[in-house]
Amino acid sequence: MRPFDYTAVASVDDALREAGESPECRFIAGGTNLLDLMKEDVMRPVKLVDISRLPLDRIEPTPGGGLLLGALARNADTAYHPLVQQRYPLLAQALLAGASPQLRNMASNGGNLLQRTRCFYFYDVAVPCNKREPGSGCPARGGLNRIHAVLGASEHCIATHPSDFCVALAALDARVHVRGSGGARTIAFADFHRLPGDRPELDNTLAPGELITGIELPEEGFAAHAVYLKLRDRQSYAFALVSVAAALDVDDDGRLRDIRVALGGVAHKPWRKRAAEQGCVGQRASTGVFAELADALMAEAIGQGDNDFKIPLARRAIVRALEKAAGLPADKRAAPESFS
Amino acid sequence: MTLTVDSAAVSRVQGFPPLLAVNLTVNGQPHALQIEPWVTLLDLLRQKLDLTGTKKGCDHGQCGACTVLIDGRRINACLTLAVMHEGRSITTVEGLADGVQLHPLQQAFIDCDALQCGYCTPGQLCSALGLIHEGQARTPDDVRELMSGNLCRCGAYPQILEAVTTVMFGPPPRGAAA
Repeated sequence: MRPFDYTAVASVDDALREAGESPECRFIAGGTNLLDLMKEDVMRPVKLVDISRLPLDRIEPTPGGGLLLGALARNADTAYHPLVQQRYPLLAQALLAGASPQLRNMASNGGNLLQRTRCFYFYDVAVPCNKREPGSGCPARGGLNRIHAVLGASEHCIATHPSDFCVALAALDARVHVRGSGGARTIAFADFHRLPGDRPELDNTLAPGELITGIELPEEGFAAHAVYLKLRDRQSYAFALVSVAAALDVDDDGRLRDIRVALGGVAHKPWRKRAAEQGCVGQRASTGVFAELADALMAEAIGQGDNDFKIPLARRAIVRALEKAAGLPADKRAAPESFS
Repeated sequence: MTLTVDSAAVSRVQGFPPLLAVNLTVNGQPHALQIEPWVTLLDLLRQKLDLTGTKKGCDHGQCGACTVLIDGRRINACLTLAVMHEGRSITTVEGLADGVQLHPLQQAFIDCDALQCGYCTPGQLCSALGLIHEGQARTPDDVRELMSGNLCRCGAYPQILEAVTTVMFGPPPRGAAA
């Protein structure tokens, strides 16, 4: 990789000061994605600020009844934490569906949010890519696009976000705590990642030099009715083609009090459609209701050719994940009618 | 792609700082080192300490051949900078045996014929040791899932699984499939 300058810091203030607001300076924590991209010459920071020893690795209950996941807590430690396992099994399932044990032992929670796309063209510096070199073009359109987006894409970029963790965080309505030179703020998870639009080089809404300090989970973890379903080319250690974080809450009568569906592998960010979720509230949990929700979620999906299969696959995965979350038997009869 | 960099020349031309000091304990031996910040832990082990048991397979965190233990936890040595591990204790495949006495995992790999070409084996062994330390695998299926970060292109997976589960749970019943 290219030479760079390196500084380890002992406080958040030092980290912010060392990083400044230069896009050529990067924080490094686990480094599992950043170093890979530096070896590939996709990312070329001139300076790394090592934040891995900052005291941001705790996982602790919040006064509001939620849980704060430190930005530097490792993905493995988060997934196996007793409070995450008991109260947020959706999150534990998603984390353990991602990467490998070795990577989860290194990768930080904050870094997981900042993973770059696995688009082949983004990784290949010999070809154009609007995300890597703004304005150069998008060869994924009309190219090999089996892994690409079917929702929320733009003419400039059809990349997907690769995280599993983030899909569960989106379903749970997590909040991202950040600090920058202007102070601290929190960002609703839905507003953290962005769609490509005409600025695909921007994956998220962090300001230059801002540091993620933690991820706050609300009190409701849907522990009784939550399923993370990940579909991929091999059963382990592979990125999602389609994934579904499904969570719901039912009253004694079997009627839906709350329902959440977030999709991975289909868009530039974890995909949710709150209006469609709201439309299910008050109805009895059933395969038919779930199939209507799946149709609503995928209504605007557009295939790029190789990835056309993702649209019916996602519809079926949504229904299956919700059936499992609700404890309903898989209704195979419902599938062919709705998912021609 | 691996670039070989003359660090002194880089310092002169680009004004980068001098080599950075890092103290590591590797297989029980303390090392006081002066290294460039861009040296991965894998390259440090292989090129500066001549511990070539740890293998460079993909160099991108996709194969697990470079798996080592840092303070007892398994990681990919190719995806971490050596300078980030000041004061830590590294265990490589060379540190598993107790003198001439093989580690039980090493003996099990021999007994179960859990390798063919052997290139992935150091990573498999360190990964299996890390898995045992983690204490999350309770069944052979768990072991299979939690060893998925180590590829074996010869396809010795059934024997690797048998070796690891034999050490963890005892030998499988006679006649049982691995």
